[in-house]
Amino acid sequence: MTRIAPTEPETGEAPAERRAPRGAGPSGSPRQDAAFSGLALGASLLILVVLAGVALFLCLQAWPVVGAPAEEFYGGEGFLSYIWPLVAGTLIAAAIALVIATPVGVGVALYISHYAPRRLAKPVGYVIDLLAAIPSIIFGAWGASVLAPRIVPLYDWLGAYLGFIPIFAGPASATGKTILTASVVLGIMILPIITSMSREIFQQTPVLQQEAALGLGATRWEMVRMTVFPFARAGIISSVMLGLGRALGETMAVTLVLSGGPFNPSLIQSGNQTVASEIALNFPEAYGFRMNELIAAGLVLFLITLVVNMLARFVVSRYKEFSGANS
Amino acid sequence: MSKRIDVESLNVYYGDFLAVEDVNIQIDPRAVTAFIGPSGCGKSTFLRTLNRMHEVVPGARVEGKVNLDGEDLYGRGVDPVRVRSQVGMVFQRPNPFPTMSIRDNVLAGAKLNSRRMSRSAADELVESSLRGANLWEEVKDRLGKPGSGLSGGQQQRLCIARTIAVKPDVILMDEPCSALDPISTLAVEDLISELQEEYTVVIVTHNMQQAARVSHKTAFFNIAGTGKPGRLIEYAPTQEIFNNPKNQATEDYVSGRFG
Ligand SMILES: Nc1ncnc2c1ncn2[C@@H]1O[C@H](COP(=O)(O)OP(=O)(O)OP(=O)(O)O)[C@@H](O)[C@H]1O
Ligand SMILES: [Mg+2]
Repeated sequence: MTRIAPTEPETGEAPAERRAPRGAGPSGSPRQDAAFSGLALGASLLILVVLAGVALFLCLQAWPVVGAPAEEFYGGEGFLSYIWPLVAGTLIAAAIALVIATPVGVGVALYISHYAPRRLAKPVGYVIDLLAAIPSIIFGAWGASVLAPRIVPLYDWLGAYLGFIPIFAGPASATGKTILTASVVLGIMILPIITSMSREIFQQTPVLQQEAALGLGATRWEMVRMTVFPFARAGIISSVMLGLGRALGETMAVTLVLSGGPFNPSLIQSGNQTVASEIALNFPEAYGFRMNELIAAGLVLFLITLVVNMLARFVVSRYKEFSGANS
Repeated sequence: MSKRIDVESLNVYYGDFLAVEDVNIQIDPRAVTAFIGPSGCGKSTFLRTLNRMHEVVPGARVEGKVNLDGEDLYGRGVDPVRVRSQVGMVFQRPNPFPTMSIRDNVLAGAKLNSRRMSRSAADELVESSLRGANLWEEVKDRLGKPGSGLSGGQQQRLCIARTIAVKPDVILMDEPCSALDPISTLAVEDLISELQEEYTVVIVTHNMQQAARVSHKTAFFNIAGTGKPGRLIEYAPTQEIFNNPKNQATEDYVSGRFG
């Protein structure tokens, strides 16, 4: 997963500062400079080589899939019919997770950074960070054994009253092991990513700007809307994209929570599957062409994450001019 | 509108630390009042209590009274948000909202109070505020550009325009020229002299000439030593403070013998 730089906060007069010390000052001897830039260059080359190696491996292994007859694929109808339900399941699960986690994450972050009394802010932030430290298999086990059975009544209710909407079509799963449950678990898992990153950026909003807003007679919420959100916009997008990357690639939790199957438009019935979970479930027994097929699925997942990240970068860069980085 | 400020035995604390002690002062409307004094004597602290801006700092609190035309700013049920739209503030470093255009910067505060402003009313307010801040001619062709693209002096005048767009009674300025070059400083000083026709202006400055140039009355603050509270030592017409001070410490300070 490619990582997005979080908005480069406090870029205040950074360009000038960054340029100034180079080759100047008593500590920066030219030899040290050369050694360090060599080291940095080496490290970046190494990363590039490793990345290229992984990409090459994926491509080579996935190659046999190209042009193979349709019957050879799992399901017997070619690669496209095999992969699209998995891609759909992956995107649906990740999207629902984001819809849940983004408002909650940003809200909690804002509460911690601007609303909570200081005595409370610390522990709340700490607990959220702890969430990030829980291994995903634990989330999976919790989702499957605790959340799924308890969420069934909600699904029954959705099926009964909102069943006319295709995504809530009944009858609801009796076990609760649906893609919606998996999405909720994913949402909880990416919550700390969004919260801790947003919080950090909220806290970096220049005090001077916040005081400017308050000095004009803004309430705290108006001040947040005038200064904190605009300042943090690129950072929020980055954090959401980071969470999305995690949700797209998350394997263990989905594998444990979802009792998968073919594509199913209803989110409260069993069925649906994600790419990552499909690979995890089938890889141990796979050999020959099946293996190539699963790796090709992995390549598709890789491409999706790549596109998501590039989109995020594009969005972030579009807001650069007005981002506050030049104030 | 311009209002008189009446401060009665005001103490300001940061937590347990008494930063400013027992200030009594009457600040005239339609005039410029300057606060001078050595660094750390509590000028900014005191200034910020005049629009309850100190409450932004956790643990900061006051004892005493600040009356604005007889109405106690710290009275029961007084909303600090309303106080701040009556008593505007200009800060040491220009701080236009970087995500907003010049136009939106001017309107930022005004829009908080009257959300439904017609386009023509907004245009009018932008022009009158920018004219009031002597900035209109320089920016009228680029109102849609980010405010952070202006020079430091222009940014500071933009901040003043933003403040007067709210139509406050009082404008507080904390060293408004200290981050500006001499030319920009002159432009802002000219502006301050014009503002007094409509507003009560209070300015903190380290620049004696500036205080002498723009203000009618000057208040000299001092501290006895580090950790001691700041106090108002002498308050008199500016001419008197600079030419004929009553207090020895004032004379030492204005003649540059310390501070
Ligand atoms: N946020 C704060 N928390 C705690 N103490 C503070 C805070 N701000 C100021 N002080 C203290 O209050 C005293 C007065 O500070 P203040 O900034 O008002 O001085 P000043 O006269 O404005 O100085 P300067 O001329 O350097 O701006 C100082 O002792 C300072 O350390
Ligand atoms: Mg100060």
